[in-house]
This record gives sequence, C-alpha cells and structure tokens, in this order.
Amino acid sequence: MTKARIEARFAQLKAENRAAFVPYVMAGDPDAATAAAILKALPAAGADLIEVGFPFSDPMAEGPPIQRAAQRALANGMTLTGVLAAVAQFRKGDDTTPVILMGYANPLIGWGFEAFARDMAASGVDGLIVVDIPPEEADPLADALDAENLSLIRLATPTTDDARLPIVVRRTSGFVYYVSVAGVTGVKEADADIVAPHVARVRAASGLPVAVGFGIKTPERAGAIAKVADAVVVGSALVDEVASALAMNESVTGRVLSKVESLAKAVRSARVESLTV
Amino acid sequence: MNAPLTPNDYTAYPDAAGRFGDYGGRYVPETLMPLVHDLDAAYSAAKVDPAFQGELKSFLKHYVGRPSPLYFAERLTKHYGGAKIYLKREELNHTGAHKINNCMGQILLAMKMGKTRIIAETGAGQHGVATATVCARFGLPCVVYMGAVDVERQKANVFRMNLLGAKVEPVTSGSATLKDAMNEALRDWVTNVHDTYYLIGSAAGPHPYPVMVRDFQAVIGIETKQQVLEMEGRLPDALVACVGGGSNAIGLFHPFLNDESVKLFGVEASGDGLDTDRHAAAINGGRPGVLHGNKTYLLQDKDGQINEAHSISAGLDYPGIGPEHSWLHDVGRAKYLTCTDAEALAAFQLLAELEGILPAIESAHALARLPEICAEVGKDGIVVLNLSGRGDKDVETVAAHLGRQI
Repeated sequence: MTKARIEARFAQLKAENRAAFVPYVMAGDPDAATAAAILKALPAAGADLIEVGFPFSDPMAEGPPIQRAAQRALANGMTLTGVLAAVAQFRKGDDTTPVILMGYANPLIGWGFEAFARDMAASGVDGLIVVDIPPEEADPLADALDAENLSLIRLATPTTDDARLPIVVRRTSGFVYYVSVAGVTGVKEADADIVAPHVARVRAASGLPVAVGFGIKTPERAGAIAKVADAVVVGSALVDEVASALAMNESVTGRVLSKVESLAKAVRSARVESLTV
Repeated sequence: MNAPLTPNDYTAYPDAAGRFGDYGGRYVPETLMPLVHDLDAAYSAAKVDPAFQGELKSFLKHYVGRPSPLYFAERLTKHYGGAKIYLKREELNHTGAHKINNCMGQILLAMKMGKTRIIAETGAGQHGVATATVCARFGLPCVVYMGAVDVERQKANVFRMNLLGAKVEPVTSGSATLKDAMNEALRDWVTNVHDTYYLIGSAAGPHPYPVMVRDFQAVIGIETKQQVLEMEGRLPDALVACVGGGSNAIGLFHPFLNDESVKLFGVEASGDGLDTDRHAAAINGGRPGVLHGNKTYLLQDKDGQINEAHSISAGLDYPGIGPEHSWLHDVGRAKYLTCTDAEALAAFQLLAELEGILPAIESAHALARLPEICAEVGKDGIVVLNLSGRGDKDVETVAAHLGRQI
C-alpha cells in the first residue's frame, strides 16, 4: 500500500504539471496536541506530502531552528512511540497524503529496524529518511523497509558526484531528496539556477521524482525551486514560526498554517506563472 | 544475540568498511561521505608512505619530545606491595599529554591533502590546545569548538588556545559540553567541505578516524613494548589506561593485542557512581547505538536519546567510547573497570605524594584501579600504566573538591 501512496501522489502532480509542496514539521513541537492539530490541517493548507521529524538529542545535520524544535519536543515528552501514534491519528482523517518520517539512527536502533518498519506500516507511514545512515550502512534498514513495502528515501548533496550518485540512488524509492546546499538545515539559501542541473542529474540517475530542501525559507524561493524540482521541502522556516509564535504568545497553529499556505501557493502557481511570462 | 567470535588476529581490524565486529562504521550525512572516503584514501596512502612516516617520526622526536620514558614507580610499587608498576610518561610530551601524537599525524595529513583550515572539538581543552599548537607550528587557521560550560570551567586552556592563535567557539546548543562541541564541529565540516579538515581528538567518529587516531597513538604501545623488554626482558602482565573516547588506551593496547598473556584494563569514569545517573561509563553503564559517525556503546535513555555524561574529569566527560574498545569488551580481550570522582581524587594525591608527579585527573582514574590489578597479576607481575597527561591543568578542580582556596 504505502509506496503506492507516494507514487500515486507524484503521478497526480505530474498530470497537473506542478511541483509538490512538502512541509517538514517536528513531531511533538511544541507539544503533542498542538503538533497533532497542525499535522491534521496541513493537507488543507496545501501540503502534498508531509515530512514528520522525529526528535533526537544530537541532530548533527540540523541548524539552530530544527535543533531547538527537537529540544522543545523532547522537553515536552515526545518519543518515537508518540510519533507513530500521531501519524496513526492523522491517517484516520487522511488516507492519501504521503507521510515521511525524518530523523537520526539512534532511536531506531534501540527499537530494531524490522520492528520499526512493521510499526511504521501499521501506523500509516510511507517512507523514512535517516540523515546519518548513508548507503554504505543502509542495507539492514533497507531490508527491513522492503519487507513492509516502505520507501527508503535517500539524500543526494552537492558533494555527491557522478561516480557516487549510483551508490546513493541504489535501493531508494518514492523520491530522492536533493540537499541544495552543503551545510546544515536552515542556514545557507538555495539558488534555483545552481540547483537545476543537479536535479536533472539526480532525476536521470534515479528515474525518480526529486525533492529539493535545505535553505528554502520564502515563498519567492520556494516558487523558483518549484520550477526546476518535483517537490519543494520547507522545514526550518516552519519550525521558526513555532518559535516565534511561542515567543509572541500567538497561536502556533495559526502561524504555522499561514506560512504553509503562502509557501504552498507559491509552489502551486510557479509553473503557471512561468508559462504566462 | 550470538556471542562474537574470538578473532585469530586482533590487529586485522577494522575491515574495509571500518568495522570492529559490529562497531564503528561511517554514520554521517551524505554531504560528508565523499570527504570521509577521501580521507580514508589519503590516510591509507600516507600509512605506507615512507616519506610521510619519516616526517612524522622526525617531528615526534624533535618537537614532541619522543620517546617518552617508561619509569619504574618504586615507591608506588612498595605502597601497594604487589606487582612492579611502570608509568609510561606521556605527560612529558610537549603540551603535557598524549593528544599531540595524534595532532601531529593528522596535521601532516591535512597539509598533504591540501586542506587550508583546521577545526577541532575539545572538552577540557587538552585536544584543543594540542590542535592549536600544531596549527601554530604549521601556520594554519584553527577553530576549536568547546561547550560553553567547559569554556567557563577551563578558562586557562581557552586563553592558551588564544595565545596559540586559535579561535575558540563556545557551543551553547544541547548540554553545551563535549558531545555538543562535536556536533557543532561536524556542522562546521558539513558547511565548509572544500577547504576544511576536521581534526578529531579521540579514536572515535566515522571511519577512518578510529583506526587513524589509534595508529598515531600506537607509538605509545610500540615504545612501551621495546622499553619493557629492555628493562625487564619480558612482556608486562597487564596494561592499564583511562578511557573516555579511549585514544590513549587504544594507543597503549594495540601493539599488545595479539600478546594474549598481557591483560588489558581500561578504566571508565563513574563520576558519582554507576548506580547514579551522573557518570561517564559508556561500556559499564550504556548500550550500543550510533552517535558522531560510529556505532559504539553510548549513554542513552530508553528512547535512544543521548544522556549527558558526568565526570570530574572533563577529558572523560563524554557519553560514548571509541568503537574498538566496544569490540574488545564484547570479545573479552580487554576488561573495562570504573573509577569514581572520589577515587580519582585520592589517586591524584597519592601519586603526587609518593612519586612527585601530578597526574592528569583523567590518568588518575587508571591509577585508582592499581590495587586490584596489581593484586590480580601478583607480586612477580609487571604492570604498565599510561600516564596520559599531567595534572597542572587540574590543580584548581582538585582544590575546589578538597574544599581548599588557592
């Protein structure tokens, strides 16, 4: 079932000639109830796929915004069990929007890859990105996900050259995530002109849709990337809305969803505008 | 899980993928994988390059001051009344600890690779000082990441690094200690992939760091073997060293791994005690997981979140341990004991009084286990302890714990 959900969504988007908008939200940020309300409302706000971060104490590829989001979630008691429960709850109201979990290896190792894959499938999760499990270390995880027909989504980066690209896309499915900048999340800014040839390169090597993320903060930039990529991922800018709302004592849900709407609108209209220009 | 097989040749590890049994590996983000492969290739070439090894040897002799003496601690031996105790005097190296052995090797490699900027993490500041030292010597810019908590409690070392021209970046993320400094150094490396060399201070991190750092520190064990054979005409019965990440211990142990008559003892810091949540004993109080690029024993909670380590010794205050130690523990080749803050303090004072040597508080953890180890090998036995660093840096800490003003 689950790989099918991602494939069906990208087929639909292709028919509509538009890129996917993929918000990244941290599970349990700032607390389980608020995060669940945000998750539930994301598809209506314009999310085509959803990445749900599972918090880790030592996220080595994240910039300050997502580090702090993880700390907020952990401080309020979020666990991997809670993450799966949140997705299962979401699935009760939405059976078509793909959900991808994204995080780090250590919490999964304690759970066990086979058991986690089974529990992911049972909760309605479609795919998994593990930032610190590169292809060289991924076979046990890939075996476990294959057994449940779940997608292992790989990261390709500016340092992934043509010689390495086949290694990166081997055993990946659903889509490939192109990290647009060499750096941590939410610091440098992605440049559509620089990203475009890499997206083409990764698409050719994988035969899969290519999502672009890391360094996309504004609707303008999201729109520019949407012209060259199959999906646009925004994470740090959304968790920053959580932080700002908490600091200003405003509605977290309201601020995050409003940002999602403006980003989704930019992504949806990107190719339409480019046709009329 | 099946018990791991006892290997025929302990020195044949790690395998090509950087595995010591189930431990080690390369768990880093994709951005870093090409760099880790480049480093592996560069180090493999340097390892067998006589010119590189000759240059390293020359700097170790004339700049670091090697070989370090193997010293018979006569009064300490008498005090315990058991085996003969020898101290491998790594504290006499330039900068006062074993850390410089590895820094010298890696800086030469970094220059060979054409890297122009060096970054490092540090806990107490010893590795930071050693890195800043070699960067000054070779004229390379150096950024040292240090937890904000450690910056505060190790002000002298921060100033020392500044004098040597290094920039110290206080890290406020997470718990603001060594593990967070390592996270931040990795984040810097991911961001500055083209010109930057990450000089890791312990035998941990993604392959090839654990094997490379071990090889650069193995000079300790190689010299020890030669020296003990000259002085005693036979191999020692036991080796003992403190273990945080474990570079001084693996450097001493490695040349003896296939000498099965030589017992190996690592000593982890158990802080307030193993039965409390304030310790740094990854093997004795943790379980395997993945952090900072390698699979190894880690302090973590039931959900796989990393726990903060606690030790009087900033150099042992780390929630993990080098992967080769995890493997040596599992296969039973080395035994990992523990030592509390209080025991380390007592051992610190004892060595000062009996031998006129202030040991690093890290090394004092190894000293504290000498009574049991000397008793185990018996009166005719020979024990070599790695005195990995000098204790001048710890005088304030020790005074504070003894309730004395200086």
